Amino acid sequence: MTTLAKQAEPAAPPQSGKPSRFSIRRIGDLKIALLFIFPALIGFVVFFLIPTIRGIYLSFTEYSILGDPTWIGIKNYTAIFSDDLFWNAMAVTVQYVALNIGFQTVIAIGLALLMHRVAKSTFIRGALLLPFLVANVIVALLWFWMLDYQLGIVNEVISWMGLPRIAFFGSEQWAIPTIAFVNVWRHMGYTALLIFAGLQSIPNHVYEVANLDGASPTRTFWSITMPLLRPVLVLVLVVTVIGSFQVFDTVAVTTGGGPVNASRVIQMYIYQKAFGESDFGYASALSVILFIILALVAFIQMKFLKGNETDLD
Amino acid sequence: MSTSTHSRRPRESAAAVVGSPQSRRRGTKPVNWRRTGAWVLVMIAVVVTIAPFLWMLRTALSSNHSLASNAGNLLPADFSWGAFQRVLGLQSPEQAIAEGGSGAAINFWLYLRNSIVFATMTTAGQVFFSAMAAYAFSRLRWPGRNKVFAIFLATMMVPPIFTALPNFLMIKNLGLLNSFAGLALPYMFMTPFAIFFLRQFFLSMSREVEEAAMLDGAKHLRIFFQIVIPNAAAPLATLALLTFIGQWNEYFWPLLVGQDENVRVLTVGLGVFKSQSPQGAPDWSGLMAATLVAALPVLLLFIAFGKKVVNSIGFSGIK
Repeated sequence: MTTLAKQAEPAAPPQSGKPSRFSIRRIGDLKIALLFIFPALIGFVVFFLIPTIRGIYLSFTEYSILGDPTWIGIKNYTAIFSDDLFWNAMAVTVQYVALNIGFQTVIAIGLALLMHRVAKSTFIRGALLLPFLVANVIVALLWFWMLDYQLGIVNEVISWMGLPRIAFFGSEQWAIPTIAFVNVWRHMGYTALLIFAGLQSIPNHVYEVANLDGASPTRTFWSITMPLLRPVLVLVLVVTVIGSFQVFDTVAVTTGGGPVNASRVIQMYIYQKAFGESDFGYASALSVILFIILALVAFIQMKFLKGNETDLD
Repeated sequence: MSTSTHSRRPRESAAAVVGSPQSRRRGTKPVNWRRTGAWVLVMIAVVVTIAPFLWMLRTALSSNHSLASNAGNLLPADFSWGAFQRVLGLQSPEQAIAEGGSGAAINFWLYLRNSIVFATMTTAGQVFFSAMAAYAFSRLRWPGRNKVFAIFLATMMVPPIFTALPNFLMIKNLGLLNSFAGLALPYMFMTPFAIFFLRQFFLSMSREVEEAAMLDGAKHLRIFFQIVIPNAAAPLATLALLTFIGQWNEYFWPLLVGQDENVRVLTVGLGVFKSQSPQGAPDWSGLMAATLVAALPVLLLFIAFGKKVVNSIGFSGIK
């Protein structure tokens, strides 16, 4: 570390303007900079960089934790390709993401508009944020109780209305929609706050002009708010979709992946392969695939929704 | 792109000039109806958000055996502190079983301690080391600075599950499974988010005081500890709060490396408690009492510092 530094101490205080990066004197900051990033660098290399490389390596091996990993080339990947449980996990995950993101985004946009136009109080924003601050596990258990088939309050209400009770977590057709709903409930306030912050960056004069032109509220929403909000919405979508693909806690605590395979999402499948069947090579290959899918999803969203461009100019 | 600047932007005029564009009502008195309708929607959202927590409290204060016969009653069924006593280990196993519990010890206090140790260790380390790194990335000039920062940021894209498996193997090989070191180490040094969050703030700080100190011969370490840290107390506190809440709620990693009683955190403990519940008639009161107590620290922090949390969420708050 010291060998990299040409000069022991910075010779002069940094300039407040735009100091040249190529100035010899600036190299002097390198030593102290290395000292400052040293702990973070250790954390980065040991817990992010090496695991990432090791994870890719393990995906080409057969490894059951006992003994050493054996190199088997792309066998894990070819096996995954013809693994019905993998395709089932993907289908279940995609179904979850579609339900979760679809409802969550629409509700959050509505809530954000309400926060922006009507309810400006921090108290209301705080109240709506509350579920997001409580652990996934706690939220899952709370709804597991409220949606219980026999005693849950939701089924009580359903039966009062003369409808048949629903086995929310216990039936194959309801498990994933239920889990998706629980997480919509947890995330809608948080997502709304993110969108709300985006709404605040739209300049007022755009709305004033629209109003002078006699644009209806509906027209204003679709022609002004939505287009100007697009960069923020794309960012929010990228982040929430990536998070949604990695759903685990709610499933693990409530259904454990069942009934049968109905809610075995991809991360649950990876967890079961690694820690249930001690098949770390296969599990690593699965996580490489998940990683690639997430990168593709982010790339496609940024590219086709033009998340990094603004219409404000 | 801090939100605190956005939230102070005057926006009332826009709201007054243009009605709510999302509302499709246009009656004879458009403004009033629209506002009333909007407020009804806001209230529905608040009720939907808060009511489940009240139901949690109501269930926790009920006696478990009476829940079945009072399933639709809004008030606690046969009011009792039994569930809380059961969770906090104030009941004998016989009494707990008689009241509908599993009778198994759940060591709630131990899990509570473990959660506090885990969340505090990781928050302190992460915020401090990330602040140091953020200082180097914002206030120091050195070749390759922006490239290194970009590489750090890129790791935000790596899904946690991807690094979790190799990290588990490493912690296992180091013999740190079921230890606080094993639980905390991966979180203790940095997260890209924390560095990003603080760097944004450090970049916006005035250089004048710093320069004056430098002319006085102060070294970077002294400037960092005596000028930058005190001046950044507010964003550091916000980050610490967000980190602590996040770590308190963490489930996946502690599930992998902290199964042992001595290091089991509350979230993992709650999962175990749920699976221990007698199958036919689960101990719902006990479960809700446990979740409520587990959520309490976060709820208290939120009541105390809610405004800070709410205002910190925006573009820079995207995690």
